[in-house]
Amino acid sequence: MTDAHDNHDDTGHGGDGAPEEPIANPGLPAHTWRPTDVDPKSEKRAEIQVAALFGLSAVCTILFVVSYFTYDIGDNWSVIGGVGASTVALGATLGLALLFIGVAIIQWARKIMGDHEITELRHPAASPEEDRETTLEALKIGIEETGIARRPLIRNSALGALGLLGLPAVVLLRDLGELPGDKLEHTIWGQGGRKLTIVEDGKEKTVVVPKMRISRDAIGTPILASDLEIGDLVNAQPEVLFNPERYYVEPNEVHGHHLQVHKSKASLILLRMDPADITPGKGREDWDVQGIVAYSKICTHVGCPISLNERTTHHLLCPCHQSTFDLADSGRVVFGPAGRPLPQLPIEVDEQGYLVAQSDFTEPVGPSYWERDYDRDRFGEGD
Amino acid sequence: MKTADVASTNGTEPATQPRGAKTAGAVANWADERLGLGTAMKKQLRKVFPDHWSFMLGEIALWSFVILLLTGVFLTLFFDPSMAEVQYDGSYDPLRGVYMSRAMASTLEISFDVRGGLLMRQMHHWAAMIFIAAMMIHLLRVYFTGAFRKPREINWIIGCLLLLLGTIEGFTGYSLPDDLLSGTGVRAADGFMKASPVVGTYMSFFLFGGEFPGDQIIPRLYAMHILLIPGILLALIAAHMLLLVYHKHTQWPGPGRTEENVVGYPLLPVYMAKAGGFFFIVFGMIALLGGLFTLNPVWKFGPYDPSKVTAGSQPDWYMGWPDGLLRIIPAWETHIFGVTLSWNIMLPILVMPPLMIGVLAALPFIESWITGDKREHHLLQRPRNAPTRTAVMVALMTFYGLSWAAGGNDIIAIKMHLSINQITYFMRGAVIIGPIIAFIIARRWCISLQRHDENKLLHGYETGVLVRSPQGGYAEKHLPISEAEAYRLTARDREEVYVPDSTADASGVAAPGGKRAEITNKVRGKLSELMYADNVQKPTAEELHEAQHHSEHELHELEHQIASGPNKHGPSSDH
Amino acid sequence: MRLLNRSAGRLSRHRRGPIAGLVVLLMGLLMTGGLYAAFAPAQADSTQSQEELVREGRELFIVGCAFCHGQNGEGVLTQGGDQYGPALTDVGAAAVDFQVGTGRMPMAAPGAQAPRKEVVYTDDEIAALSAYVASLGTGPSVPDAELYDPDTLSEAEYDEYVTRGGQIFLANCTACHNFEGSGGAMPRGGVAPKIRGVDPKYIYEAMLTGPQSMDTFSDGNIPPEDKKAVIAYLDTLDEQPSYGGLTLGSLGPVSEGLIAWLIGIGGLVGFAIWIAAHTTRTSRTKDGADA
Repeated sequence: MTDAHDNHDDTGHGGDGAPEEPIANPGLPAHTWRPTDVDPKSEKRAEIQVAALFGLSAVCTILFVVSYFTYDIGDNWSVIGGVGASTVALGATLGLALLFIGVAIIQWARKIMGDHEITELRHPAASPEEDRETTLEALKIGIEETGIARRPLIRNSALGALGLLGLPAVVLLRDLGELPGDKLEHTIWGQGGRKLTIVEDGKEKTVVVPKMRISRDAIGTPILASDLEIGDLVNAQPEVLFNPERYYVEPNEVHGHHLQVHKSKASLILLRMDPADITPGKGREDWDVQGIVAYSKICTHVGCPISLNERTTHHLLCPCHQSTFDLADSGRVVFGPAGRPLPQLPIEVDEQGYLVAQSDFTEPVGPSYWERDYDRDRFGEGD
Repeated sequence: MKTADVASTNGTEPATQPRGAKTAGAVANWADERLGLGTAMKKQLRKVFPDHWSFMLGEIALWSFVILLLTGVFLTLFFDPSMAEVQYDGSYDPLRGVYMSRAMASTLEISFDVRGGLLMRQMHHWAAMIFIAAMMIHLLRVYFTGAFRKPREINWIIGCLLLLLGTIEGFTGYSLPDDLLSGTGVRAADGFMKASPVVGTYMSFFLFGGEFPGDQIIPRLYAMHILLIPGILLALIAAHMLLLVYHKHTQWPGPGRTEENVVGYPLLPVYMAKAGGFFFIVFGMIALLGGLFTLNPVWKFGPYDPSKVTAGSQPDWYMGWPDGLLRIIPAWETHIFGVTLSWNIMLPILVMPPLMIGVLAALPFIESWITGDKREHHLLQRPRNAPTRTAVMVALMTFYGLSWAAGGNDIIAIKMHLSINQITYFMRGAVIIGPIIAFIIARRWCISLQRHDENKLLHGYETGVLVRSPQGGYAEKHLPISEAEAYRLTARDREEVYVPDSTADASGVAAPGGKRAEITNKVRGKLSELMYADNVQKPTAEELHEAQHHSEHELHELEHQIASGPNKHGPSSDH
Repeated sequence: MRLLNRSAGRLSRHRRGPIAGLVVLLMGLLMTGGLYAAFAPAQADSTQSQEELVREGRELFIVGCAFCHGQNGEGVLTQGGDQYGPALTDVGAAAVDFQVGTGRMPMAAPGAQAPRKEVVYTDDEIAALSAYVASLGTGPSVPDAELYDPDTLSEAEYDEYVTRGGQIFLANCTACHNFEGSGGAMPRGGVAPKIRGVDPKYIYEAMLTGPQSMDTFSDGNIPPEDKKAVIAYLDTLDEQPSYGGLTLGSLGPVSEGLIAWLIGIGGLVGFAIWIAAHTTRTSRTKDGADA
């Protein structure tokens, strides 16, 4: 073991030995002793302290096991002071059991284990010159023996073959998912009002699918225009999600992840305001029904659902990044990072007075993407 | 055991011959004959580690990672990473009958039907947040003390990669329960991907296995989260530790501590005990957090549904700063040649975070290029002794902190009764002006601290004792500082401003590199000036001698005055 | 800092006991008073009492509300065209019961946000004001307890209502009011208030009438049964224990991040400082050692 004294001698001759150093390195200070080193009583006390900490930890561990079997979870949680007893008791006992062990070990190290600081010399990270030369020599001989420098044909063909192996790695990823196609440009709202050829009783016949009714989200019932009062906001979905048969859609097409995909594009905000408040966009004069307007619920920034509406101002705020849209003015962006207005869905009423979509959205909903052609948006002459 | 025996554990001889020594010896022999442990461990067992609290910050990250592995394994026993739709039929009443993915249902099962499951989930999540936080403060410590300098640049880069991967690992894990909050995060991630030029939609469709959200994303994130990224993390952490052992730990300068040695406690027993004990403390702390504080109550969010959202939709804290930039970026979007460029997404998410990591990774190389310093450094520098370096990081931290605060602008708005719009406008300016102001203040602050140190060295420390002279003037008594303290203050390098070689200029265009090299040199000279010109350099031996002589004289003078002056019985007269 | 209001959730549960007692006491008092009012003075003129109530309400209105809402509840416009106080001709009794019953009206100063305050009027006065404003035009009346009170549900019904209510809540309410009903930020300094621990009647009325900037959820929008389901879900949130420990103010990841930094990292750095700190030293030297 290196003693403090040796260190003192070692470093006594001062730093890098530069003459102009203002203060010479005084060397390591002499070792001083802890009470536990010199006083058997305090030593004994420390020993008991450490042992007691280990003991406390053991107690906590046992309490952990007891809590595990004592406190109920599932249908009938045991509750202490309004919090779930199982989680809190298990966490507290486990935490304390671990903490006590940790503190005990640290106390042991601080009070009882030897505390002489020792010194080790450093070596430069670089290898010694002769080692380097030997290695370089070996490397040179090795490469020489492959003959790679003299035989470019082998070298080039090998590199080519290895490089081409990247191709399978890329090709294999192709089946990760289908290609985008024009999927981002259509939503399930377009399923209403289309013409369809079906086979009934062995005969082909053409039916016109009814226009897509607008239903209350989570509740699932279609909405009559007369249901809504000025100031009403409805979080809505196309009726096909709740009643696929009416629209000649297979029920499993609106279940599971298919349902999620549809909702991620078709979710709708319906708002009834004073018709006098609305400034319809060009070509959008007949897109509302008695002051009821419908907009995509998917933010045009990164796609969060958005329904924080201020009734008094018709401003709709996105809770994720605070883009704000004016629903009385074609969904124009009034604040925040979104770059485009919220897409508006043209609506009307059917014979029974239910609100229906005139067509699909006339532009892609949701966040922008590279291929999204702003000039091709189908809602007329831009906004 | 007698106390006398215990006391001697501090000595070199073992207190008593352990009874099992013979068996232990046999086992050691068996192992050595097969593994050659004797040689391998010869130096390592008593390897020296210097002791300082700031050297333990990386350990917090290391131990959190171990806890993540342990709790994570427990969670995999119950978690089902599937997006198949099921109707929930577990213990949590308000969701019974609701359709959800198996991932969400099994998360609820872990929370409500597995004893200790909720604790493990919360511990895992807390450990993840602490893991990344600890990496960041460790990174700051390494940077502020100059521990990233040669030969440790590679370890610095490994550290930056660990931070990046840790963040991605956190995000993938956060998304796995498939609840409403994490699903909103994944939806945003889908938006980020779609904003990428040219390949965006393809990336999205390939990652999600079709159109968002598809039925593939959870199993794919799961594979990344439990296999791919932890594997890489483990390998990088191993490399990080091996390099640490090879380079030996840096240390603070001080009496007896030089560039050529390392002074501290041996691995066995003290360092091992301290590190091992700290593992239990970190583990215990995380268990306490996991048991006492609710984290991510997925049962209240319910399953992910693309039509639902909640106020206060935020990512975990480490994703907060890009999210903040995403909130304050103006509505920049370009439509040109039939394509769309979403700057409002690309800049905050696709450009800034990689740029930030890139800048971090490049810092050691930029600094060594400016200083031209090619020596190895094992002694740490106090942040004040590298004012420009310190100020650079303070500026980066300010940028980070402001962006981060912008990520919580809605919570700030509610809690401080402010307008979310005003906060956003303010932040737009603040993220640009704030770092500049912070840079200037931090740099000047460091330099003032240097001056303060110099004063202490030259004129002694302020005793706080005021002395009144017979003429009625007041002066504060200064006493010289100790030798050890004085050495500590002067144990640093003298810095030289790099002056571009003007002779190369004069010799004409023949200078290697020509015009470009000339410009590079000029830039380097300017930066070097910024870096060093205002710093206070330590005094030379003569300057110090002269100053000390002067102060001694002054002190003498002062004492003389006190002794002869009218305020003989003043408070200072007992000196 | 109020951001760390993590005892909030717990506190309300602690208060539940004593407050419940208080409520019972108050209800007892009110019932006694109500019975007295019903039977004692004049049973005969119940038709006249409605007119009486309106007249009384009008007097209160002139004194307390007309400054902003106009002498006849027609609303007051300022020069800028901004409303000082909106017209109350078609808001109905429910709106008055909500606004005055929760202390939002009368406001301290005109503004978009009407924070909850101490209630100024007595229940009788509120009833009178409601009757007066209802007499001005159409609008929803104060709902019956049967419409909103989750306690009127049977146990089997309750569970079903809660599940459905949770989904409706997440689809319609959480965007502004947060997943725990702890509130959220709105544009330009607006706030969607905390809606936990609020009397079910007021929640029902708020949905029905759309106070201040809130949208309305009329019966044609969300049917009464579904409103009741939402209230039942909120009731469950109040009733259920905090399964995972303290709830940190239920503000989501921001408060969680603060805890990770302040308690997690702060505590661990504290431990690190302790671990590396020098232990106490003594001037004595060890016997036989020459240090």
